[in-house]
Amino acid sequence: MAFESNRPDHRIIAKLIAPGSSVLDLGCGAGELLQLLIKDKGVRGQGIEIDEQAIYACVARGLNVFHGDIDSGLSEYPDRSFDYVILNQSLQQVRHVEPVVEDTLRVGKKVVVGFPNFAHYRVRLQLFFKGRAPVTASMPYQWYETPNLHFLSVSDFFVFCRDKNITIERCEYIGDGGRISRFPNIFAQIAIFVISR
Amino acid sequence: MECGRKLSEVTIAFEAYGELNRERTNAILIVHALSGDANAAGFHRGAKKPGWWDAMIGPGKAFDTDKYFIISSNVLGGCKGTTGPSSIDPGTGKPYGLDFPLISINDMVNCQKLLVDHLGVEKLLSVAGGSMGGMQVLSWLTQYPSRLRSVIPISTAIRHSPQQIAFNEVGRQAIMADVHWKSGNYYGGPQPARGLSVARMVGHITYMSDASMHRKFGRRKDLTDPFKFDSGFEVEGYLHYHGEKFVKRFDANSYLYITRAMDNFDAAEGRSLHEFLKGTDANVLVIAFKSDWLYPAYQTKEIVRACKLAGLEASYCEIDSTWGHDAFLLEIEEQTHLITHFLKKVYNGYEAMSEHGV
Repeated sequence: MAFESNRPDHRIIAKLIAPGSSVLDLGCGAGELLQLLIKDKGVRGQGIEIDEQAIYACVARGLNVFHGDIDSGLSEYPDRSFDYVILNQSLQQVRHVEPVVEDTLRVGKKVVVGFPNFAHYRVRLQLFFKGRAPVTASMPYQWYETPNLHFLSVSDFFVFCRDKNITIERCEYIGDGGRISRFPNIFAQIAIFVISR
Repeated sequence: MECGRKLSEVTIAFEAYGELNRERTNAILIVHALSGDANAAGFHRGAKKPGWWDAMIGPGKAFDTDKYFIISSNVLGGCKGTTGPSSIDPGTGKPYGLDFPLISINDMVNCQKLLVDHLGVEKLLSVAGGSMGGMQVLSWLTQYPSRLRSVIPISTAIRHSPQQIAFNEVGRQAIMADVHWKSGNYYGGPQPARGLSVARMVGHITYMSDASMHRKFGRRKDLTDPFKFDSGFEVEGYLHYHGEKFVKRFDANSYLYITRAMDNFDAAEGRSLHEFLKGTDANVLVIAFKSDWLYPAYQTKEIVRACKLAGLEASYCEIDSTWGHDAFLLEIEEQTHLITHFLKKVYNGYEAMSEHGV
């Protein structure tokens, strides 16, 4: 039975992950992605999640999940414990980005990072013409309720990786109508990178 | 026994609920805390209150007796049917008293293993318990990993902190300061009731939280039954009542022996727990509670850390509760959810689980 996820970022990540590998999903939420990866890719999966209700959802899915925050939950793992560490839609919510990314690169052989692109054209238009904090499909929060602490663009992440000597192995972009490849810093709503060191 | 001495005979009081399946794969051992007993579920004849974890064990409950075979026994050193200091020493024909050998958590577990052997269970589906029960769970995990498929340690610690030892020591000192204690040789005469009840009162304070005590008692002064004590604060009446009630059902020497076993326990024998877990394939579900200051979450997280380092299949949840250490007996809904699904996965495998769809 093939398992379907209706989230395009999940489907793309599932294509990026090698079958049978071990995966640590940081900020795994209710566990939809982990469940997809286990079913479609036969991965050995572990989640870390801060929200108590999401923990209950994960356990109901039969997943292994640790209740805790990303900032402190990662340091306890030995080097290269997992084939992949996933930071999907959670990088922009961690307090200290640099140490977390460093730790993911230590704990995982490869790291998958997915985040909303703050330089998407609709974000630019809202900011420029309306003069308002942008609210879009990939960033659906008002300024006063957003869990996002950091706002970065596709270009920002390229510069970050260059400055920190991080190797970018792959990049995938999701635009208005699905996957795109041209001018991602303008047309990508969501960017997904596979990085390593 | 770990202390080097031998007990010539041991009685183990146990209860079992549900039925062992033909393949003998559905047995779960429930292990009790300091003052618990074998009666984990159901009512004994004439009893007003059910077993200590009745809300969790029974048909359709977390430990579903329609599916699983639940075993529960009184610990070695106890006073509810299993051999302890109040039992008759067959060598002398008199109660052991302080001639009873020092017991350890591992000794308790070794007795449980004899019971499990006796019941013909080669591999337990799970071993579960909170507080001192959680210590026994960890002892099972490190001593007999091949005899179990999963463990559920709740509100517990790999080893006691100085704070936990200190509270136990106050309890022990209260008992030993009682004139009726007589170096443990009080059987046949009045028991050290005053000392034991003070020990229990200290215990009860540590089982609650600041918030739960505010909610339960506030600064109210209760002049009505059942806690009627000279216009005292309700909280005082509560402690007196529970102290006196405890004396009627518990043996003071058992309290000394069991608390000593808890304080001496170290699941990792001074080393790191993960060294003992390497190569183990047990599934682990660790549960802690936010307001528990007697067994704070940082201690349960050390178990989680060991699971991470050893690469075990494990889950951890810190349940939001204001009940303090008592939460593991009171927060039924959340624990039921976690344990039900966890056991289902261990019992049926992941695949069977996901077919039911979530």
